[in-house]
Amino acid sequence: MTATRGKPGQQLYRNARIMDPATGLDIHGDLLVENGRIVRTGKDLAPPKKNGAVIQCDGHVLTPGLVDSRVFIGEPGGEHRETIKSAGKAAAAGGVTTLAMMPDTEPVIDDVSVLEFVRKTAKSKSKVRVLPTASITRGLEGKEMTEFGLLRDAGAIAFTDGRKTVGDAQVMRRALTYAGDFGALLMGAHRDHALGSGVMNAGLNATRLGLSGQPREAEIIPLERDMRLVAMTKGRFHASSLSTSDSVEIIARAKDKGLDVTAGVPLANLALNETDIGDYRTFFRVSPPLRDEQDRLAMVQGIKDGTLDMICSNHDPQEEDTKRLPFADAADGAVGLETLLAVALRLYHSGDVPLMRVLECLSLAPARRLGLKCGCLAKGARADLILFDPDYPWVLEDTKLHSRSRNTPFQGARLSGRVLKTIVLGRTVFQLEDQD
Amino acid sequence: MSQLPPSSRPLETDAPAFQLPAFGLKHLLGMEEVSPHDIATLLDRADTMVEVSRQSEKRRNTLFGRTLINLFFENSTRTQSSFEIAGKRLGMDVVNMAVQTSSVKKGETLLDTAQTLNAMRPDLLVVRHSAAGAAALLSQKLGCSVINAGDGAHEHPTQALLDALTIRRSKGRLDGLTVAICGDIAHSRVARSNIHLLNTMGARVRVIAPSTLLPSRVDELGVTVFKRMEDGLPGCDVVMMLRLQTERMAGAFVPSAREYYRYFGLDSARVRLANPDAIIMHPGPMNRGVEIASDIADGVQSVIVEQVEMGVAVRMAVMEALMGVESNL
Repeated sequence: MTATRGKPGQQLYRNARIMDPATGLDIHGDLLVENGRIVRTGKDLAPPKKNGAVIQCDGHVLTPGLVDSRVFIGEPGGEHRETIKSAGKAAAAGGVTTLAMMPDTEPVIDDVSVLEFVRKTAKSKSKVRVLPTASITRGLEGKEMTEFGLLRDAGAIAFTDGRKTVGDAQVMRRALTYAGDFGALLMGAHRDHALGSGVMNAGLNATRLGLSGQPREAEIIPLERDMRLVAMTKGRFHASSLSTSDSVEIIARAKDKGLDVTAGVPLANLALNETDIGDYRTFFRVSPPLRDEQDRLAMVQGIKDGTLDMICSNHDPQEEDTKRLPFADAADGAVGLETLLAVALRLYHSGDVPLMRVLECLSLAPARRLGLKCGCLAKGARADLILFDPDYPWVLEDTKLHSRSRNTPFQGARLSGRVLKTIVLGRTVFQLEDQD
Repeated sequence: MSQLPPSSRPLETDAPAFQLPAFGLKHLLGMEEVSPHDIATLLDRADTMVEVSRQSEKRRNTLFGRTLINLFFENSTRTQSSFEIAGKRLGMDVVNMAVQTSSVKKGETLLDTAQTLNAMRPDLLVVRHSAAGAAALLSQKLGCSVINAGDGAHEHPTQALLDALTIRRSKGRLDGLTVAICGDIAHSRVARSNIHLLNTMGARVRVIAPSTLLPSRVDELGVTVFKRMEDGLPGCDVVMMLRLQTERMAGAFVPSAREYYRYFGLDSARVRLANPDAIIMHPGPMNRGVEIASDIADGVQSVIVEQVEMGVAVRMAVMEALMGVESNL
């Protein structure tokens, strides 16, 4: 998408554990980059040409940079929460080299003019690739379709109503039908407006805390509806942020029927459950809400067996004012760009999911679904890479976050796995050793 | 599915065994079940009516003294005037029932209105209504002949006939031609009537529209479906553009008029994809810059103005045929 030129010359990444989910490659070796593109991988590659650099990798993992399919940014309209520039910094620190930006801005990305603004700002201000999505309906109101053709031609990579679920089945049906003509991808969250009005997962915990609950059906019913609509319209759909075991089954059935659907799970719903809310801690108020342990395990299993395709950060920066409130009044959302890799690696460290599969869910799968030519180490591919140490122990300190907002549920958490370098088109955009 | 060329005279008047059956219809409610013979008969008659309308004395008086009532529940100056002029050129007494001024506004049902009129014994009722099937309902309950001037999204048979006449006069035939109907097929009675007539007469019909404007299973009507102008226009002899009904569609079926024009509008680049001698048609009224570029609507390939002229001739022919006037071909 960006016309940013690659870093000129050659760089040789030496002595790395090279992992490429696209091919299953897992070797100890070298990777050569030229002018921002991958040239080759191998063992004991020749030194680079005269103005090239050698980067010692010390056996750490070198793999395609992460592709995050669900990121909320506050620009335009909410720059105090997060700008495109600060999101880019946060992404770089987290190893996310490409992210899909949600259209929930002010104004909404529902028109070519706003899309153009975002695209231009991203190109000039962000260190990583920020790719805009456009909304399905004007103003996110769920009534009128946006101009899918013009928006797609202007650079929208997919269409989604962001945090909202399109409530009217006829509107969703027509959107899927119309999008189909353009080969466009629709993405969606699943939270029924009425059933999903509660502030946390419905159940014993909500009862004890005296908080209104969202039943699981608030996600299941619109998801099932959308699967039926996809079957009817032969559309293309990605269920971005699932959280229940029933949702996983629905996706499995839809895939068995040959429907063109994929699914993602947000980081928080993979790593946490509703008991983590503890004493009304608002950083654990997210959408979809943290569910019980059974649902969490079902999401892990879904990633493991391939029913779920990708992990997203669901990065949703919220300022202090909207979080320092009673739980029921606080805003939903948690930041996640900088903890995406480390927390996702918990699935690997626990033995539940192989490392290659975790990486596939973080890079290759989202790249493929969004139609992006990244997320792999093929010759000629963008040299968007991360170098990370899966065993690097660290404790997250929210003051060290690059995001403008600090609403992370992992404050103080012990994490294992950290990005050492992030490279975009051959240029290092983040180095851990440069951080204080 | 043969179609009689206008210039042939297949009948020998002293060989009754070869006489083709008389015009078979009492009403003209749609094109779906009309035989090729009846279509050809109407088109042949209409051809002669064109000449009548071009004389300075435009009267034929074949239907002198008969009564025609135009019952239009939907606003339409052009179609209503067309029927009125047609009736008057045949010498009929024409009454225009504008719904606004009639008792229907006072809450009278469709049937009651019609039965009231029926009691005044009209010979011919022309009806346009927003509900599909309205003309059929009237034809079952009244004694006179009924012409459907458009019932909801169902049929508009005289439009299809005038379109066919325009095509035939321009191309010399109907069978074997490739005709593309482009636009809001889902809501269009003009599209449906044209599809039936053109298929009956042996043309090859295509529809080109975004999926949201295609009715369910439209291919089973005997058309080839295209979702892009670039795919459907090459090879076309006739390109028929339908009006995008912007007033009822904003954001619902297509996002906006400008997006529609960008991907489905007929501009000069797209016209060049069709055959070089292709004719451009539109039932009117046109949305210039939405479904059709102004320069194309007014260009050399456009027969849009002739369509209107053919309309009066076709309606004269239909009225004579329904009233059982012998053809003097």
